[in-house]
Amino acid sequence: MALIKTENFSLGYEGHVIVEDLNFEVNEGDYLCIVGENGSGKSTLMKTLLGLKSKMGGALIFGNGLRKNQIGYLPQQTLTQRDFPASAYEVVISGCLNRSGLFPFYSSRQKESARYNMKLLGITDLAGRCYRELSGGQQQRVLLARALCASSKLLILDEPVSGLDPKVTQEMYSIIEHLNSCGVTIVMVSHDIEASIKYASHILHISHKPLFFGRTEDYLKSDVFKVFCNTSKTDIAAMIPPQSDGKENN
Amino acid sequence: METLIFYFKTYPTVRYSVLVLTLVSLCAALLGVSLVLKRFSMIGDGLSHVAFGATSVATAASFTPVYIALPFTVVSAVLLLRIRSNTKIQGDAAIAMISAGSLAFGYMILNLFPSKSSSISADACSTLFGSASIIGIKRSDVILCAVLAFVVLFVFIFFYHKIFAVTFDENFATATGTKAEIYNTLIAVITGVVIVMAMNMVGSLLISALITFPALSAMRVFKTFKKVIICSAFIAVFCALIGTVICILASTPVGSTIALTNIAVFGIFYLIGALKSGKK
Ligand SMILES: Nc1ncnc2c1ncn2[C@@H]1O[C@H](COP(=O)(O)OP(=O)(O)OP(=O)(O)O)[C@@H](O)[C@H]1O
Ligand SMILES: [Mg+2]
Repeated sequence: MALIKTENFSLGYEGHVIVEDLNFEVNEGDYLCIVGENGSGKSTLMKTLLGLKSKMGGALIFGNGLRKNQIGYLPQQTLTQRDFPASAYEVVISGCLNRSGLFPFYSSRQKESARYNMKLLGITDLAGRCYRELSGGQQQRVLLARALCASSKLLILDEPVSGLDPKVTQEMYSIIEHLNSCGVTIVMVSHDIEASIKYASHILHISHKPLFFGRTEDYLKSDVFKVFCNTSKTDIAAMIPPQSDGKENN
Repeated sequence: METLIFYFKTYPTVRYSVLVLTLVSLCAALLGVSLVLKRFSMIGDGLSHVAFGATSVATAASFTPVYIALPFTVVSAVLLLRIRSNTKIQGDAAIAMISAGSLAFGYMILNLFPSKSSSISADACSTLFGSASIIGIKRSDVILCAVLAFVVLFVFIFFYHKIFAVTFDENFATATGTKAEIYNTLIAVITGVVIVMAMNMVGSLLISALITFPALSAMRVFKTFKKVIICSAFIAVFCALIGTVICILASTPVGSTIALTNIAVFGIFYLIGALKSGKK
């Protein structure tokens, strides 16, 4: 059974539908990238999946006993106030909270996991710094570490690499790929179409209507992709032949 | 010094009162950090007026005020929080409405059903601004306050990490399976309890001072949640103790003395904060 499955799903704000007739499923171990232009409803879809806002219609089914406390989430924007006193470490370890039940303190295993994830993202030496005094990219890494702390099964990332420098972006993709190979299911919103094609197993392309859902190699052959690439003026078209050749030879 | 010793010896309740004032200030300050950060500072103010209205009704009906004020304030706290999370109604406007409404209602009740024992202005004055001197605090209030204060402290320590998570990023907490709604309600309930407790001591107008000042002072200097919490707890206890000593020595009203002490401490922390960031 699929981890997440939608049937004729629609979402929007206050009676105003943004995306409708959405049918897709995420199976365990998948790496789904959601692409689409600005304002097409990608973040809204993430929030609806997470139950932060209610759906407009259709069905959303969680399978395989997926519980909310097995989900890690990286929001596109956080509404943290300008003057919130919190150290980077406090923010990261708050991701572990969803598995501590009623127990009032963090266990040494949770502390270990916070430290491990901070090391993974290279922010160990920022631990004691005030979160709001970090740079945008550093804050993004702190929030990513928090998301990693929270997830054991499913990681939902809304533009995880925005604001990161090229080196960290590359490391980020490797970390996500590594997690995916360890069995963590990834759902990721991205504008980085090149990386999406390279890493994802499935692509969902939305733009008011769902334009495409399927395996990455099929996406590369679709008209949606060709149109999207031509308009976005990237020279990705050049990378199609070797990619699809490779897939066909398999 | 002699006056102090004399007071402590002659009036046994003074000893308890000092203890309870300290506990109440401590609770208010701990909660205050969360309320200030959640932009709920005004809720404390609005609720204290609700408590004033409820207390007036209780006085008119000659009930013990706390038994009426407590449930009323707690329910209003939960309701106000609901309005806050519903984006269609403006949160601050709703608070202003409820606050002004309860104040008007309370004062009207006081005038329509004056109590036999004391004058209207004395009644209104003591509910709004607290007992005029420290001896005015009743022993039964003291015991109730102490019990409630310990409950609040326990809840706060027990749910400390959850309160942090819900205060810092409610959406993330909800998305990853923490029941943010429950903890928000919990914060609302203990806010209501603290306000009713504090109202007996410092009066409804001065509660906001106990809630906001320690947190704001601590935030001038410290940048992590834990340090801010610990520091505001210390500030609260310090101000409560110094405030009571001053109010015994100079026979000034309890509430405003403690509030003014808090303001003075805020001034000092503001300077320290400015010096600290200036040095960098
Ligand atoms: N709180 C809101 N209330 C009403 N409409 C909203 C709200 N938030 C977003 N929208 C609208 O919903 C649509 C989709 O927004 P969404 O944030 O999901 O886009 P997105 O695909 O994530 O875009 P981006 O690539 O810029 O992140 C937009 O047209 C936006 O104007
Ligand atoms: Mg978005």
